[in-house]
Amino acid sequence: MPLELVLNVAVGGVLTGLVYGLMALGLSVIFGVMRVVNFAHGEMMTIAMYAAVIAFAQWQLDPFLMLLPVAGGLFLFGYALQAGLINPFIARPEHSQFILLVAVAIIMVNGLLMAFGPNARNVLVPYALDSFEFGPLLVDKVRLYAAVASLGLAAALFVFFRGTRTGKAIRAAADNHTGALVVGLNVQRLYALTFGLGSACVGAAGCLMALLIDVTPTLGPVYTLLGFVIVIVGGLGSMAGALLGGVLIGLSEALAGLFLVPSAKSMVSFALLILVLLIRPHGLLGRST
Amino acid sequence: MTGRPAKPQSNRGFALTRRAFAAGAVGLAAAASLPRARAQTLAPLKIGVLLPKTGVQAFFGQSCQRGADIAPALLAELGYAVKIELMNADTETSVDTARARAEKLINDGANVLIGPFDSGAATAIAQVAEQRGVPFVINIAAAPQITEQGYKFVFRNFPTSGMLITNGLTLMKDMFKATGTTPKTAVFMHVNDTFGQANRNAVEALFPRFDMPFRILDTISYDPAARDLSVEVAKAKATQAELLMVTTRINDAILLIREMVKQRWEPMGVMSPGSPGMYEEQFFTSLGKNSDFMVSNVPWFNPRSEVASLVTAAFKKQFPNDRMIGHIFNVGFTFEAVLTAADAYQRAKSTDGKALAEALRATKIAKRVMIGGPIAFDAKGQNVEIGAAALQNRNGEPKVVLPAEAAEAAPVFPMPGWTKRG
Repeated sequence: MPLELVLNVAVGGVLTGLVYGLMALGLSVIFGVMRVVNFAHGEMMTIAMYAAVIAFAQWQLDPFLMLLPVAGGLFLFGYALQAGLINPFIARPEHSQFILLVAVAIIMVNGLLMAFGPNARNVLVPYALDSFEFGPLLVDKVRLYAAVASLGLAAALFVFFRGTRTGKAIRAAADNHTGALVVGLNVQRLYALTFGLGSACVGAAGCLMALLIDVTPTLGPVYTLLGFVIVIVGGLGSMAGALLGGVLIGLSEALAGLFLVPSAKSMVSFALLILVLLIRPHGLLGRST
Repeated sequence: MTGRPAKPQSNRGFALTRRAFAAGAVGLAAAASLPRARAQTLAPLKIGVLLPKTGVQAFFGQSCQRGADIAPALLAELGYAVKIELMNADTETSVDTARARAEKLINDGANVLIGPFDSGAATAIAQVAEQRGVPFVINIAAAPQITEQGYKFVFRNFPTSGMLITNGLTLMKDMFKATGTTPKTAVFMHVNDTFGQANRNAVEALFPRFDMPFRILDTISYDPAARDLSVEVAKAKATQAELLMVTTRINDAILLIREMVKQRWEPMGVMSPGSPGMYEEQFFTSLGKNSDFMVSNVPWFNPRSEVASLVTAAFKKQFPNDRMIGHIFNVGFTFEAVLTAADAYQRAKSTDGKALAEALRATKIAKRVMIGGPIAFDAKGQNVEIGAAALQNRNGEPKVVLPAEAAEAAPVFPMPGWTKRG
């Protein structure tokens, strides 16, 4: 196997993995703070992808320009969803939350099917088929830009949680719910804010994914599952873990496609998941409880 | 008011002439015979149409559905006295759903099933049809095993993988001869589903027998729901093969070409020895100029057929916003499946499964839409008289380039590079 081929495939896998990581980051943030598993995560990403596709089709707006507006829209949607629908379920058993969010996901998929039909849609920006050449490496331009944007957004989120009062308050509410109430934090508002931030993350990831893959209404469940695999591998609730998990899954899929049978590459992600669960049940960077 | 009063009109109605008497007699006779005529009128044939209208094959399913939708009016235009009623069902590109929907259609009263575009779904529906004794007319599905099971209620008006690949490889050799350029090596990429596997098996079995002028360096399969083919294309490119042979669907065909452009891989050509994808409307709209020069060796619409002209006219009337050329294959075979069922019903004069199956076995429809001999079935329920053409995409639409007698354009091989397409 030529080294040049392995390098090209590995770089492609890492770049895709970073976008996966941003998508999973939203899931991890929501779970880390609220202990709610968002089973509609992939579907929310699909909505963001459609927003990017429509903006491009109607007004030729590049998905990179749509990152902030779409993330903002998803933030509002997530905030409203949490405040209006999910909040009453926070204290209920996990299976109630599960059924609620699965129902939301099904409504989203079918709503998208009714609105856009089943055909795949894509964004073909003028540089969509361009590549950068670095010696023997041929790097897909769109994939590189998307990976850099993912890293930037993840860093911004990290700074928000570490460096702002609201971010610290959210972390405090996540660490000690009762303590947060005692010191007078508005935990319900913080939860809605967190769900909004997680949704914004997945909204931004959706804009970037629209540049990499075609969107169909039924894409959501696949990416919800992929999001779970990534955050479980990286560690549920860990932001750095989500990025690491994304890169590992992206890389393992790419290399498995190269060294094994390409049609079985997603099998390797699940094998990796089982391996991590056996060795480190709380994930690579997750905290044991 | 002056003058004589007008003669009451009613009096005129009672004036019995010979003409009025004759008309009355005819009317009475007609009225007397009415119940008998009603008894002889056949009930509409309920045709269960199973297609993948959602999921990864949604484009094909919706395209095929157009062929079924134009059928009721067109059959009347073609002189068929029987009426048909379509019962549409979505297989959701899932074999299990296809099986369940087939059961439901039969429970709901379907007399015949048609569909389902996909070999995996066709295999499942065939089992249900056979168990329930309801005829199943396959529009598009190539896996050979479907008509190798000894089924009595399954009929296929579509080539098997063996037939597809036989025609496909023959046309490839013709293409090299016609253009005077022959590649020495090839890599074969195929979708990893029932159809893709069947085509791969057919290529492996038939390739040595055909004395092909090139060697296959590697065979690469990929997931039918793949959303990224960068690794697969990188692997294929690394073989340095001069020709890319493919068995694709639609989304994967688009991904494949996009990835080839990104990775700057320019083999001499991309040829399908018998699969969909590269001549579909979505392929052209998604890829623009990069969709040109791909070659698909497939069964095709007969532009010289009278029925084909009627199908085209009906399609334009019912779907004015769609380009027929991008749906022609799916519409043609699906319409023929409905036509076959209606033709059998007209002869059987019964909706009984056995009677319909007997009539289907005796089918002989000379005036057809697609290239080939008449629609007729052998003892296994397979139509073995289906021809093929080499299509090459030119200026955003498929053109017949071989056989020479049906060619609309001269073949181009090797294809121009990605950056040399204007």
